[in-house]
Amino acid sequence: MRGPVALEVAEPNRCPREPRISCPWLESLLVKIAVCVKEVPDSGVTKRIDPNTKRLDRSGEGALNHFDSQAVEEALRVKEAAGEGEVVLVSMGPAGALDSLRKALAMGADRAVLVSDDAAEGSDLVATSRALAAALERESANLVLFGQQSSDSDGAVLWAAVADRLRRPVISQVAELTVADGSVRGKRQTEFGYDVIEAPLPAIVAVSDAINEPRYPSLKGIMGAKKKPQETLSGSDLGVDTATLGEQGSGTTVLALGDPPPRGDSRKIEDDGSGAKQIADFLAEKKLL
Amino acid sequence: MKVAVFLEHHDGELQKGSLGVLGKAGSLGADVVGVVLGSGVNDLAADAGSYGARKVYVADAPELEAPLPQPRVDALAQLVRDQGIDTVLFAASVLASDTAAGLAARLDAGLNWDLVDIAVEDGSLVCTRPALEDSVYAEVGWTSDVKLALFRPGAFDPAESGGDAEVEEFTPSFEGFSTQATMIEQAHEESEGPSIEDADVIVAGGRGLGGPESFTLVEDLAKALGGAVAATRAVVDAGWYPYASQVGQTGKTVSPKLYVACGISGAIQHKVGMQGSGTVVAINKDPNAPIFEFSDLGVVGDLHEIVPKLTELVQQRKN
Amino acid sequence: MARRRRPRPADYPPPFDAREFVAEPTDPPDERIEVGILIVGAGPAGLACAIRLGRLIQESPELAERLGEVPVAVLEKGKQPGSHSLSGAVVNPRSLRTLFRGEKNVADMPFYGEVRAEGVYLLRRNGSMRIPTPPTMKNHGNYVASLSQLSRWLAEGAEEAGATILPETAAETLLVKDGRVLGVRTGDKGRGRFGERLPNFEPGSDILARVTILCEGTQGHLSGVAIDTFGLEGESPQVWALGVKEVWKVAKPLRRVVHTVGWPLRSQAKWREFGGSFIYPMGEGMLTIGMVVGLDYRDADLSVHDLLQQLKTNPFVRKMLDGGERIGWGAKTIPEGGFVALPKRLHAPGLLLCGDGAGMVNVPALKGIHYAVESGRLAAEAAADSLRPGRTPWTPGVLGAYDEAVRKSFIWSDLEEVRNMRQAFGRGFYVGGALAGAMTATKGKLPPGDKPTEPDAVAPAVRTDRRRRYPAPDGRLTFDKLSSVYLSGNRTRDDAPNHIRLRTTVPEEIAVLWEQMCPAQVYEAADGHVEITPSNCVQCGAITAKGGRLTPPEGGSGPEYTLT
Repeated sequence: MRGPVALEVAEPNRCPREPRISCPWLESLLVKIAVCVKEVPDSGVTKRIDPNTKRLDRSGEGALNHFDSQAVEEALRVKEAAGEGEVVLVSMGPAGALDSLRKALAMGADRAVLVSDDAAEGSDLVATSRALAAALERESANLVLFGQQSSDSDGAVLWAAVADRLRRPVISQVAELTVADGSVRGKRQTEFGYDVIEAPLPAIVAVSDAINEPRYPSLKGIMGAKKKPQETLSGSDLGVDTATLGEQGSGTTVLALGDPPPRGDSRKIEDDGSGAKQIADFLAEKKLL
Repeated sequence: MKVAVFLEHHDGELQKGSLGVLGKAGSLGADVVGVVLGSGVNDLAADAGSYGARKVYVADAPELEAPLPQPRVDALAQLVRDQGIDTVLFAASVLASDTAAGLAARLDAGLNWDLVDIAVEDGSLVCTRPALEDSVYAEVGWTSDVKLALFRPGAFDPAESGGDAEVEEFTPSFEGFSTQATMIEQAHEESEGPSIEDADVIVAGGRGLGGPESFTLVEDLAKALGGAVAATRAVVDAGWYPYASQVGQTGKTVSPKLYVACGISGAIQHKVGMQGSGTVVAINKDPNAPIFEFSDLGVVGDLHEIVPKLTELVQQRKN
Repeated sequence: MARRRRPRPADYPPPFDAREFVAEPTDPPDERIEVGILIVGAGPAGLACAIRLGRLIQESPELAERLGEVPVAVLEKGKQPGSHSLSGAVVNPRSLRTLFRGEKNVADMPFYGEVRAEGVYLLRRNGSMRIPTPPTMKNHGNYVASLSQLSRWLAEGAEEAGATILPETAAETLLVKDGRVLGVRTGDKGRGRFGERLPNFEPGSDILARVTILCEGTQGHLSGVAIDTFGLEGESPQVWALGVKEVWKVAKPLRRVVHTVGWPLRSQAKWREFGGSFIYPMGEGMLTIGMVVGLDYRDADLSVHDLLQQLKTNPFVRKMLDGGERIGWGAKTIPEGGFVALPKRLHAPGLLLCGDGAGMVNVPALKGIHYAVESGRLAAEAAADSLRPGRTPWTPGVLGAYDEAVRKSFIWSDLEEVRNMRQAFGRGFYVGGALAGAMTATKGKLPPGDKPTEPDAVAPAVRTDRRRRYPAPDGRLTFDKLSSVYLSGNRTRDDAPNHIRLRTTVPEEIAVLWEQMCPAQVYEAADGHVEITPSNCVQCGAITAKGGRLTPPEGGSGPEYTLT
């Protein structure tokens, strides 16, 4: 039933966000959570591949990768449950990407660190994980969070590469996160159902898109975001040899772009009573039965 | 080229996806071995022979018992170095993806993912991957010495060719950090059918169903085909089916092998959620419905008659 | 046998009362947000205002001090500035030159080239005939622009000038106390389909300011509320046209600005189909094509979206699009009442009204952007002035300086000269054309007397068979509404609350009228009532003109225009 917006009687202004986290131990340690986030082309705008570089054309508007905002939300919840601590955003991208990171700062993150180096353009998983790992080492966070995937390359693997470089345990596809007693426990979503996996901190966790609904930044948050510390680091600031970044430092390459294979002849028939049988025959022909 | 295929297993069975990749690798004319990692898995290794492996390396260790990626990275890295393997292929899954990526970092080896095809051109390995919601296909390659490839689930069908594999055991050593993550509870549940993201077959219903009761037709057909049920935004909006099943711009993106669209007009908002499907069959009583422009077989008719008949025929053929 | 009177949308008014959107501040003092000057709308008027204020603040440290930590804030309900901006457009650069004098010039602005040639054509179904360009339509010295791109560019300038732009923020309620405007309250976020609070519910905030400047564009929500609340209605009710446009990548560059009249609109007076099309080159590789129709039309089956599709099948038009690809789409209403529909005052205590939201559009010339920019600039000056020692923005007469400045400006003189042009066309194209000619020749002195406008919603709705002539979408030249909505970048969440106030049980003619009118397929006529899909809405405003009422949806929802 659709109709006018329901008018409300006065209610308390906020819905309490239930903390699903109990962490007495965190009270005695400074909680530091790093969230790896990425600016991606705004998906409201049609995405294009640049025929010259054969990579995604990132020249238009950027936005915070939606899945990363879920990771930011989870980090904020952990910090709120602990009552104190720091949430730092770590990202890699062109200098202008700081604009998109501001949304995460507006949600409540404390600081942003952007690794930006011309030499890093065109970095694949191998090069990107190298640079990110260097930035994360610098931060020495207790917990490093990633979102489920990035909407531009649909890559859903970065955390495992970063975890290997940092030599830390990793849990991925986490639909529910609990931090307690110096360790993190995640309910991992797989093709076979849910596993429960535990790892001691410091650890790396990649959250699944089922984990939470990110908060809307408040107006005060948006206005305060610009004032929060944001730093940009180059490869050399991190002590990373620029030859190990960008296309040079990558292990993969795009050779050519083309159209998807033609769908083949499209057949359209009128049902004269044999429609179901024709479908069944068609499926059998295609070995789909 | 010396190729190793990661053979994933679950509950005592080698996974179809891995076996499909194994079969495809075999057709490349390179030296192909399988790799089975786990605890108590020697029999599985032998099974791999019937699916195209001539040799299978097995590592059997308690650290490998739980389906966790990091000990597998240790084992594979060791195998790659010791056996001079230059290419490792994986069929994507949560475990395989994490393992492949960890291995990429360990060996500084390029990893291409979401691949749908593989070939050897001029002596080099070339793979194909769809991009931009499957509207563009890219050919990708490697510049690193060791090449890693992660294939889309269901990219290749396993082919049982019979035969035996030579099994060779090896003993991996594990890094301290690799065994820090531990399995507390492992999933074994067989849910009522695949989720729409993993399903090979999806039967979807739209406004043409006429009402929520007609979803039983869709469910019956899905069950007969062993697939999942999906819905369009319009019917989810109307409350006929839950949002979790919504396919489309503001729902899920799926790419099953078979997508059967019942009473769906094919508006672009829906199309972008399923245009990567292998084969699309559409049933709609409106001959001008846009869905007929991107379906492989379109039937103009009454789905209330066609779908139940089809369900019956499918059930018959399966028995 | 008595003939049933034809139904009119005005007979089915929406459940809407402006008083619902006026309130006193309710947030506790420590939660309120205080800014110096609040501008609602990051379009050309709002951003010009912010840019001018930036300069004034720079020149006057006292003003800077008085405005506080956040001297200028601009609220924008779209995802970012430009996301909801749409126009033709051919822009007269005079106000932008004035605004940026000494700092930037036309070469710095994101225009697609100066207009070098133009033509006006009378179309028939299968042909076209060039007709002399009416003097009001001459465009030499003007530039083709995408308003969305221009807004984006102006936003950068506004931020450079020190303004704080707050995107994804809807201004929902006017905060008024003791007859003074104190600011606005922003809309809630995270409500569900029935208005219920979702887990990530975020309530709106009170934003208080010394002066509030409404630059909301056509059908501005708070502009309408303010006009109602403070009794600012002009002599004549406002009327609107609906414009639907596309952006195309083309193989052959278009080298002139084209306007057409005639087909596919009917020319007989009784149908009241006032409008035409525009086709503007956007550089060498793109063009924009749009159809504009006055919303006082009678035909319930008239769909501007589909008339645009029909227009493209005309051989003259089709040739321009051959080998091309549609890359953008959008829709928006244009206020067409002109001079007689301007609010009788453009200010209230603590409040100023600018641009399209106040109806500043020159219909025969199809221009409004330069008025928006100029009014924004003048509003900035009046607002800054109202804060000088010894006066306040609610001291009687202080903000009246803005009205005076507008009356002395070319905005006023232009609009006065062309008043009644639109009303003349209510008499049909040929009679209208003759009257328009007379008006132009005499600079508005003939024919004498101001002709009142009639609200669009009193137009009776008549069913016809017009739909048979709309082309079936082929996905290459012609398209269906859902594909168009998709191309607007609209990804509003499905469970968004309904922001459209509408009576849903209406006679068939009205249901069909709304269904066909809406370019985004929000309404569907079904068995004696209307089904609404609010998430399709691109906020063009047509429904408000024709019997419903658009209120601001959740900030950030709606289209994400980039090239419109």
